[in-house]
Amino acid sequence: MTAPAEVQRPETEEVVDRPWVTIVWNDPVNLMTYVTHVLMELFGYSRDKATELMLQVHHEGRAVVSNGSREQMEADVARCHAKGLWATLSHDS
Amino acid sequence: MRFTRHRGGVRAEIEAVEAQVLTQLANEILGIVEPAHDDMEDPLAAMVGLPSGDVATPEDPVLMRLLPDAYRDDDGAASDFRRYTDADLRATKRGHATVLLETLPEGGGQLKLDRDQADAWLGALNDMRLALGTSMGVTEETDPDDYDEEHPARQALEVYGWLGWLQESLLSCLDPRLGS
Repeated sequence: MTAPAEVQRPETEEVVDRPWVTIVWNDPVNLMTYVTHVLMELFGYSRDKATELMLQVHHEGRAVVSNGSREQMEADVARCHAKGLWATLSHDS
Repeated sequence: MRFTRHRGGVRAEIEAVEAQVLTQLANEILGIVEPAHDDMEDPLAAMVGLPSGDVATPEDPVLMRLLPDAYRDDDGAASDFRRYTDADLRATKRGHATVLLETLPEGGGQLKLDRDQADAWLGALNDMRLALGTSMGVTEETDPDDYDEEHPARQALEVYGWLGWLQESLLSCLDPRLGS
């Protein structure tokens, strides 16, 4: 194995390393059971975990439902929108 | 009308008036969510299958709820996201409403749906509730009983409530995990 060449590290590395998050926001229309169902279907959460997240959305107004790269979170947000959940992605939690 | 499980899918007995309401609402969704503008004037974009121009952010609150921004505080990123996802999202929502219209027995009767069709119905019912709820400005406290029998909002809220009940009925068939 060859040692990697010394390279200038990009100044934005810290930002790049910080994960992006998908946030689901509370809305007065979506049924609680429907939100729980979608979270299980899209993210493979157990019923308990999906219910916990749904209740967090309901009571606190929002919940982080997934995290990862920006590209992954854009895909997650698109899947949420297809199901009618109000979701955004963001770099903070 | 309520859904019951049937051979991997679901079935329901639909009354004429119910079929009429669902037909009207599904057509309204198709009217609100128009097909994506097929802009293939940019040959490079056409070649790689990407939209060539910006996609406008909806001004109508109902359409904005059906096709929301993906970024809250970054208009540029939200616009980019919309440019690449808008056509697919519109096609998904139009597809759900179309499946509902195609499977709904005209004038009522026996409805039978396979699993994929039932999932499309679930999405279509949700879009109808989002559209109706947003246009009426419902909150978690909205109650049809707050309005007189004759009030025009009362009937709309009763339809809205019925859609929710129908969606719950379908959900309980599709996802037994939701039962306690």
